[in-house]
Amino acid sequence: MPIHDQSYRHYGGERARPGGAWTVIAWAGIRTMIRKRTFLGLLIFAWLPFIVRAVQIYLATNFQQAALLAPTAETFRQFLEQQDFFVFVVTIYVGAGLIANDRRANALQIYLSKPLMRAEYIAGKLAVLFTFLLFVTLVPALLLLLLQVLFAGSFAFLQKNLFLFPAITVASLMQVLLASFTMLALSSLSKSARFVGILYAGITFFTASMFAAVYAITGSSAFSWMSIGSSLTQVVDVIFRLKPRYDTPWMVSLLVILGLIVLSISILERRVRGVVVVT
Amino acid sequence: MTHPATAAPVVQLDDVTVIYGRNHALNNVSARFEPGAFGLLGPNGAGKSTMLKALLGFVVPSKGRMTVLGMNVAESPLAIRARIGYMPESDAHIPGMNAVSFVAYCGQLAGLPPVDAMQRAHEVLFYVGLGEARYRNVETYSTGMKQRIKLAQALVHDPDLLFLDEPTNGMDPKGRDEMLELIRDLGHNKGVNLILSSHLLPDVEFTCDSVVVMDKGQVAAQGPIRELKGPAGRVFELRIKGEQNGFIDALRGAGMDVHATDEDVMRVFVPGDAPGGGDQRAIFALAARQGAQVRHLRPSIPTLEDVFAKAVGEE
Repeated sequence: MPIHDQSYRHYGGERARPGGAWTVIAWAGIRTMIRKRTFLGLLIFAWLPFIVRAVQIYLATNFQQAALLAPTAETFRQFLEQQDFFVFVVTIYVGAGLIANDRRANALQIYLSKPLMRAEYIAGKLAVLFTFLLFVTLVPALLLLLLQVLFAGSFAFLQKNLFLFPAITVASLMQVLLASFTMLALSSLSKSARFVGILYAGITFFTASMFAAVYAITGSSAFSWMSIGSSLTQVVDVIFRLKPRYDTPWMVSLLVILGLIVLSISILERRVRGVVVVT
Repeated sequence: MTHPATAAPVVQLDDVTVIYGRNHALNNVSARFEPGAFGLLGPNGAGKSTMLKALLGFVVPSKGRMTVLGMNVAESPLAIRARIGYMPESDAHIPGMNAVSFVAYCGQLAGLPPVDAMQRAHEVLFYVGLGEARYRNVETYSTGMKQRIKLAQALVHDPDLLFLDEPTNGMDPKGRDEMLELIRDLGHNKGVNLILSSHLLPDVEFTCDSVVVMDKGQVAAQGPIRELKGPAGRVFELRIKGEQNGFIDALRGAGMDVHATDEDVMRVFVPGDAPGGGDQRAIFALAARQGAQVRHLRPSIPTLEDVFAKAVGEE
């Protein structure tokens, strides 16, 4: 083709088989987020508790005087609980616009006119939020466990608390899945990312306030299932082999979490479509 | 580049019905789109966009069978979408991207490797006339530019078939002409099969060889535009002075078809073939009989507008 010919020409190269488009969506979403300086700052800030804990483990394993700071299984539970705040902020920052912005720009019909299924689109969007949430929960928690082994120079702690690795993994995944699915479902309900963020925060605080009010009236924590955050706390306590802090049976809390995820999937199934049929 | 006239249809609909609530958006539609540039013509609400969306798998028909490029839409939606490009009617883009990233991203979604997708994105953006603006964020584009970028994202993966839904919507006259030239070039010189959905008759007439005319969810007429328009010289533009209704009744009584166009000009379709100016004489004779003065009589070339008016029964 002559260099000056800027006309249309046919493509003779290779094409990927359908099924991998979700990775394209996920990478594009991740790249878009990490280009934002504010978000990078937030991610760095989210790792501050990790640094504090790392110093704590270092001191405890290297200085007799700091034995008081020696980590226990509960230390890792506390660390994940500290990360709740960052999970909340990252969920809103990353997740609110994931589908809402696409709905505002009518991008769904562009996406779904390509060789990808609705499930792939959802998986791609989910992967964006999922990745960043794991980056502030599972990754630093497992790294802390590794640091403990490295600083102590022995596997004694790990052997004594073998359950910690699966506990951290399962607890983080549960927290991340719940946040990702609920946020994505809310994002599919509106064309405004700001509204979605407010809605997510509202639901989180409203359910917590409801439980607090009922607790204040009845004096019983058996209604912790009313709060999304408390339900998660209850289940994660059980995963870390700690005494659950509320009177609600942990199975009920688990059902609340699973119910929310199923509800979110159902919303996504209804809302992520190439056309919205108004009858 | 030409398309073989006897080739298998690129799109075929057999008895397709799409229902939104109680409204039959498509009602037992059977149509056949041959390779080449095909127009899908009809007034707003005729079911054109619904047909395209059904072919894309966005809406599921309650009845009927659809094939695109020989594949059943119900069975192979992904394989079909890998080979078609869709330019939606409404503004649509991926937020937060510049034009070249957006088009390359669409190429990757369609299965192109990242490097090829980026190269194609540059080429296609030059082709649609956005070469100089390709690093600008799509959200800052004018309406006309947004139409072009929608065409670019539909073309980036080199589809075998293009669905263009009202591609000139909101464009200024110059931009509209350029867009129509692009579409005509794609359909006639670049070997891309396309279905152009529009309510604008001149757009379809300029870009397409064949047309399916839709009205109220049904196919009102279909075929090559040249055949639908019929032989030249059988249509007259006519202006009279005098009682119009009686004259129109008289024309219709004589087997002619009359459609009003502008305020006092009517278009008269004369059936049959009367050589040597017999048609004109018949019209003058009818006017004389009705006491109407013929102020203007000019043979006209039948336009797609005539076909459309005839097909949907407009007066």
